[in-house]
Amino acid sequence: MLTFPIYLDNNATTPLDPRVLEAMMPYFTGKFGNAASRNHAFGWHAEEAVDYAREQIASLINCSPKEIIFTSGATESDNLAIKGVFEMYASKGNHIITATTEHKAVLDTCKHIEKIGGKVTYLPVNAEGLIDLKQLEEAITDKTILISIMYGNNEVGVIQPIREISAIAKKHGVLFFTDATQAVGKIPVDVEADGIDLMAFSGHKMYGPKGVGALYVRRKNPRVKVTAQMDGGGHERGMRSGTLNVPGIVGLGKACEIAKQDMEKDTARLSAMRDRLEKELLTIEESYVNGSREHRLPHVTNISFKYVEGEGLMMGVKDIAVSSGSACTSASLEPSYVLKALGLSDDLAHSSLRFGLSRFTTDEEVDYAIDHVKEAVAKLREMSPLWEMFKEGIDLNSIEWAEH
Amino acid sequence: MAYSDKVIDHYNNPRNVGTLDKAKNNVGTGLVGAPECGDVMRLQIEVDENQIITDAKFKTFGCGSAIASSSLATEWLKGKSVDEALAIDNMDIVEELALPPVKIHCSVLAEDAIKSAINDYRVKNGLPALEMPKSHH
Repeated sequence: MLTFPIYLDNNATTPLDPRVLEAMMPYFTGKFGNAASRNHAFGWHAEEAVDYAREQIASLINCSPKEIIFTSGATESDNLAIKGVFEMYASKGNHIITATTEHKAVLDTCKHIEKIGGKVTYLPVNAEGLIDLKQLEEAITDKTILISIMYGNNEVGVIQPIREISAIAKKHGVLFFTDATQAVGKIPVDVEADGIDLMAFSGHKMYGPKGVGALYVRRKNPRVKVTAQMDGGGHERGMRSGTLNVPGIVGLGKACEIAKQDMEKDTARLSAMRDRLEKELLTIEESYVNGSREHRLPHVTNISFKYVEGEGLMMGVKDIAVSSGSACTSASLEPSYVLKALGLSDDLAHSSLRFGLSRFTTDEEVDYAIDHVKEAVAKLREMSPLWEMFKEGIDLNSIEWAEH
Repeated sequence: MAYSDKVIDHYNNPRNVGTLDKAKNNVGTGLVGAPECGDVMRLQIEVDENQIITDAKFKTFGCGSAIASSSLATEWLKGKSVDEALAIDNMDIVEELALPPVKIHCSVLAEDAIKSAINDYRVKNGLPALEMPKSHH
């Protein structure tokens, strides 16, 4: 049986897995201790739980438990990694390389770095959403201290060539940081095999709780250090002060354990479901998938339905929670910068919807979404002057649109 | 952001969607907005010999508020004289549809569409075009 609205916005956040909630519950009440309390059982229980979570996480991404720094989420991890490296390695250089399709938590942190005297190169991406490795290597100077390229993109799901990037970084003695928020728990991420030096991720994108995340910081080959961005009790090997969010950390740990155990099964099911959704929606005339379909997360598709505006379309499918590349709600009226970086014209970017499936998405929900998106697109095209012009064979680029 | 009941009603049951014959002398067509901005409105009026708007049609590419603004405009236009139609102000639309501040541009676009359709009608019938009082954004 279907319950409405149907949630297909799992790149924004995922529901908490009940197994995760169950693991967390005791740490709100009975086992409420502070993990830093060294002198009584309350503290020991909390510390034990945190240590266990560290092991669960380390096992998922193939690192040592000591290399996990707990944070409040991926945004904090991104800030800590970039600002922390910038400060720690100031004597070595001040140049960072990133890409135009990064999450705002990376881009805005880089903008901050520029304001305090750093230099940042923003690499473009091709139509598939992938960076050019040659351009990356050419951008490296003797002042470059960090390459920050995301693992999987939040809007289109494109997976960057992580191993090739890390090889280039290593060759030039530059640290490699990746925002892997959308990738960890969804696809195999192995910091050793992938050659990652620092990596950000968060609980709530992988069926864990909100308000908890982690930064992986490599301890060997090379030993990486970041300057703390908050002063305090020197928790987390001095890199992140603040009383640990024990229930959250327990939840993140459990989410990682489940992800590892279920990944193969989940991925097979989700990619089959996503492919079916995509195939059906592409039977709609003038609809296009945005970004690489080859190098992509298994649960995401981003589709533009030409001549229909995304926000209007979302209203037409109000029983389905999705997100749009149109920014009609913002004062700027600027559509998604990620889609624009892929070379989409503004009108196609305005016409896009992002579907993100989850472990809990059912076939019935996908069927419903397919039918309703088809209906809504048809209805809105009936109302669209652009669709009428297209059908009459008028080239929309030949029209002089009013100055906006 | 939640839409008002009136916006939802116009979105679900848009009034006067369609196309009038733009070749006819007594039909005025206004096409405003731009695809790259995420909204385009086409509004058409048919005017009788007494300068009364007898029919109005629209087609809109845009969000729910843009669709509702143009739908409402066609409703208001029917039966009005051309001069009365010129008096429709975007803030009337904002008030009627309870549009939030970020959606005011939808109402401005609808007013532009009305004036642009009237101008098209005027020019076709040998009258000078009126100055557009508001520019979008």
